[in-house]
Formats: sequence, C-alpha cells, structure tokens
Amino acid sequence: MEMTQTKKEQYEALLLEEETVRSPLSEFWRKFKKQKLAFVSFIIILFIFVLAFIGPYITPYDITEPDYENVLSGPSAKHWAGTDAYGRDIFSRIIAGTQISLFVGLTSVFLGAVGGTVLGLAAGYYGGWVDRIIMRICDVLLAFPGILLAIGIIAILGPGLGNVIIAVAIFSIPVFARIVRSSTLEVKSTLYVEATRSIGARPSRIIWKHIFPGTLSSIIVYFTMRIGSAILTAASLSFIGLGAQPPSPEWGAMLSGGRDYLSMAPHVTLFPGLAIFITVLVFNLLGDGLRDALDPKIKE
Amino acid sequence: MSEVLVRVENIKKHFAGTRKFFSREREIVKAVDGLTFDIIQGETLSLVGESGCGKSTTGRVLLKLLEPTEGSIHFDDQEITHLNENELRPYRKEMQMVFQDPYASLNPRMKVKEIIEEPLIVHGIDAATRKKRVNELLETVGLNTYHGNRYPHEFSGGQRQRIGIARALAVNPRLIIADEPVSALDVSIQAQILNLLKDLQEEYELTYLFISHDLSVVEHVSDRVAVMYLGKIVELGSKTQIFENPLHPYTKALLSAVPIANPRLKRERIVLKGDIPNPANPPSGCAFHTRCPFATERCKVEEPKYESYGDQHFAACHFVEELA
Repeated sequence: MEMTQTKKEQYEALLLEEETVRSPLSEFWRKFKKQKLAFVSFIIILFIFVLAFIGPYITPYDITEPDYENVLSGPSAKHWAGTDAYGRDIFSRIIAGTQISLFVGLTSVFLGAVGGTVLGLAAGYYGGWVDRIIMRICDVLLAFPGILLAIGIIAILGPGLGNVIIAVAIFSIPVFARIVRSSTLEVKSTLYVEATRSIGARPSRIIWKHIFPGTLSSIIVYFTMRIGSAILTAASLSFIGLGAQPPSPEWGAMLSGGRDYLSMAPHVTLFPGLAIFITVLVFNLLGDGLRDALDPKIKE
Repeated sequence: MSEVLVRVENIKKHFAGTRKFFSREREIVKAVDGLTFDIIQGETLSLVGESGCGKSTTGRVLLKLLEPTEGSIHFDDQEITHLNENELRPYRKEMQMVFQDPYASLNPRMKVKEIIEEPLIVHGIDAATRKKRVNELLETVGLNTYHGNRYPHEFSGGQRQRIGIARALAVNPRLIIADEPVSALDVSIQAQILNLLKDLQEEYELTYLFISHDLSVVEHVSDRVAVMYLGKIVELGSKTQIFENPLHPYTKALLSAVPIANPRLKRERIVLKGDIPNPANPPSGCAFHTRCPFATERCKVEEPKYESYGDQHFAACHFVEELA
C-alpha cells in the first residue's frame, strides 16, 4: 500500500514536470546561466551601469578642481589610482567618466542597430532593386576602416561627443543591415511565413510579427558585441581630440591627457586604459555568451 | 447538379533555373505544364504523383502563393488569376492551406492560440469573438483550450497538424488545400488526422484539394483522383474509375505498387524502370515514354491528347483502348 502511494506521488510529480511550460525566455535564461564567463560579465556590466548612474555623486574627490600640491602623484591610500597633471584624482574621474563612455556606446549602437535593422529587413524582405541599392551602399561604407570613416564624418560635422555618437552610429549601420538581411532571408523562406502569406497577412504584419522576432536574437548578440567596439572607437576619437574635450573625464580624453607623462607617470594612462579594457572585454564576453544561449542551432 | 467551386484552365508554372555556363539562356523547369481541372463544391479531389511531379506547386499556384506563368484560375466563377494581394484578401478567407510539415509551418516563437488567432486578426475580427473562436477551434480539432497557452515545440507531430488544421479552419474557408497533410506523421496518427479531416468536411461542408503521393491514403479520402506525371495530368476520374479501371499505364504502375495485405494474392506488378526525368528537359512526345512498358515509336514523337473516355474519366495515352 505504501509502495503504491509513493509510486502515485512519483507519477504525479512527473505529470507536474511535464506541465511546466518552458517559454523561450526561461529556456534562454537556463542556457545563459550555464555560461560562467558570460554570467560574470553580466554581473560586472550591471555594476558598470550602477556606477554610470550614481558615479558623479560618489566620487571621493572633485573631478575638476586642480590640486597643485599633488601633481602626478602615484597610486596611494589617499588617491587609489594616483593623480594627473593637475593633481585631480584619477579614480574619481574614471568613475565619473563611466556614464559618458556607456552613454556614447549605448546610444551610438542603438541608433546604428535601429537604422541597420530597418534597412536589413527592407533589403531582405523586398529583395530586387531595394536590396541591391541598400547592400551596395553598405558595401561602400564597409570598405572604409571603421575609425577612418568616423574621422571622415567628424571632419564634416565637427568635433564633439554628439558627433562621435553619430559617426559611430553610421558606421554600425551597414554591419547590422547585413546581419539582419541574412536572417531575414532565412526566416522569409520558412514554411510558417508562407503559411502567414496564405492567410492574407500584409507584408507589414509578416515583417513585424514573424520576421523581426526571428532576427531579434542575432540583433541582440551583435548589439552587445558592438557596444565594446563603439566605446573603444569613441575613446580613440577622444584620444585624438575629435570627441570629448578636456576637462571632460571621458576615458579616451584622459588617456590623451596622460600621454605626455607616459615615462614618468604611467598610472595616468594605465588606469583609464584599464577601465576601457575591462568594459570592452565584459561586453564582448557577454555577447559571446548570449550568442551561445540564443542560437537555436547550439542545443545544450 | 454539383456546382464547380474552382476551375483551373491550362495553368502553367515555369521556374527559371540557373544559367548555363557560356550561355545566355536559362534552363526552364516546367514544374506545372498545362493543367485543366475543376474542383466541385463539397468533394475531395486528390492530386497524386511521384515527388517532383508538380503536385505541391499546383496547390501553391491555386492559392496564388506562386504566380502562374500562364492560364487562369476561377474561384466561385470569379477570375482570381491576376488579382493583386489586396484584391485577393477576401478570397484568401475562402481558401486555406494545411501544410505537409507540421514542424516548420508553425512559428516556434508564437503560442498556439496566437497562431490560430492570426487569420482572424488579419481578416479584422474583434478581440472578444477571436478569443471565443480560438477556444472553439481548439476543441473542434480535438485539443483542449489550455493547450492554447503552449508553444508548438511542446506538441507531437499529430497534435501540431491539428493546430495547423485549426488555423486553416479559423476563417471558415470553403476550400482547403491539404498538401500532404499526413505524410510526415506515423501511420497510426495518419488515420486520426484523416478522420478528423473527413469529419470536418461533413460538419463544415468543406471542399478539399488533397495532395498526396500515398495511394492508400488517397483511396481513403477521395471522391475523385487526378494522377500527375511531370507537370501534367495523365489521368483523372472518380475514385472507383481510377482504382478499379485505370486507363493510363502510369496509373496502373502506381496502383500495382500499393502493398496489399494478402500475401497469397497473385497480381501483375508493373515495375517502372529508371527515375523520373528531369522536368527541365522533359522527354519528347509522351513524357512517360521513357519509362512506359508499352511505349512505341509513336509515343516518342507524338504527345497524346488528354481525352474523355466516358463518364468524366479522362486520360492522356495513345493506347487506352488497346491496353484496356
């Protein structure tokens, strides 16, 4: 009697297990958690985001006030990352600069992703001359090395952080357009899209309800990966004086400010460089992890 | 008498293939090459033939998922051949399709209820009615209402095909084109789905164009049968005519290949030699002459006429009388 009781319980547990509906989201989360490196990166990125929001309020020192008694002093208990040529605390400036780099990275990639997605969907879905025109323009843009294109755009628009965002966004567009176009072609040829066509659905509905969700996973993956390189490009542009202008605590601008003292005070460039390095790295690692978790072809 | 729902006249669908090396011409694949037939209200007309003979292409052309190269399609006495997508939308409501592969024909990112609801949204039905209708449909096809909240990957092949059928039924169509609806399923499940289709036909007075390569399935569901070979109909007749008195040697060969559950029954087996010829380069004369056991010189040169041999029984062969 006792036996049958436990058996019945086991059976019910089994039934219950089958009843749990695994939505695509929970499936994704389950796979994502298995990616240790990406998960750690994700935590660090969350931390970076928090810093970006509260950074300016928690800096231990004022970030613009010069302190001529402590010029170019090395890392110490008082100044964790040392001070720069004006005696400003580098650690405080890095914290305050987080929001600039993150903002530039996110907005520029977001703009590039939106533009690229629209163009890629149009090229992939409509094909023909729409496709040819869009893809040839993308080829032209891709033929330039990214940073050169950005410098060219800034040469037209003039230096400044806002124009850096535009420049980075523009050179992100063709890459997104290509990726979205190729997954659009893939989804468009599926039977369920044909089924939707046979129902009489308008192209807008097919694109928005069926094709766009199908391309979303590659957009997300690439979006994350691209943030790293966007931050890097923005920092490079600031480094050569085309982006953020001193005394802004933008990381690239800080690197630029420290390059004259490279031999006597390497910490002035080392710490902002580390900040860039870590941020770019964690975004790339997260992108890798997302790709593995979102790609339906990689099961388990 | 019976009313014609769909009239297809001489439809052709040619695909331009790859361009030949050092040549400007493209290879043209004549997937469907001049079909003429009627589908009568309330009947099940089956299209049978080997893979690659143009059955599925015919179904897609009828639904205008593919543009016909030539010919005309009338639905309910209205020509729909040259309508654009907007003009066609009211007719889309009248004709729906059930697809062969129940795994690929449902969007894996949508819940079942969203999939079934989609045709209702497209045809502008209000939210409250939609919800009611989706539940109704789920029960009609033998699923439960709570299945609506699940995703397609949680169902078996047979259940998915039921979802596909529910989607097709959603807007109360008159014609359903079933493109090999059971060929991807286990035999035990096939019978369930076929019976479901039959029950639905009675209940909703549906007309089916049933595309299949499986003659035993066709015998189970059809009223009339059209046999296709290389993009053409070689024989068309009632189920009894085709199965008991086939006229065309190709039909005879197909029938002789159907397994019969009686090992002692002796019968003549016609084994066809070789493969189905390349539709880009079909044989001259009668397309079947390369594989026909009765082929003569005449068959190589002259294309046989598609003629009536009494009582709505049509065939395209020079030697129907001689072979009878």
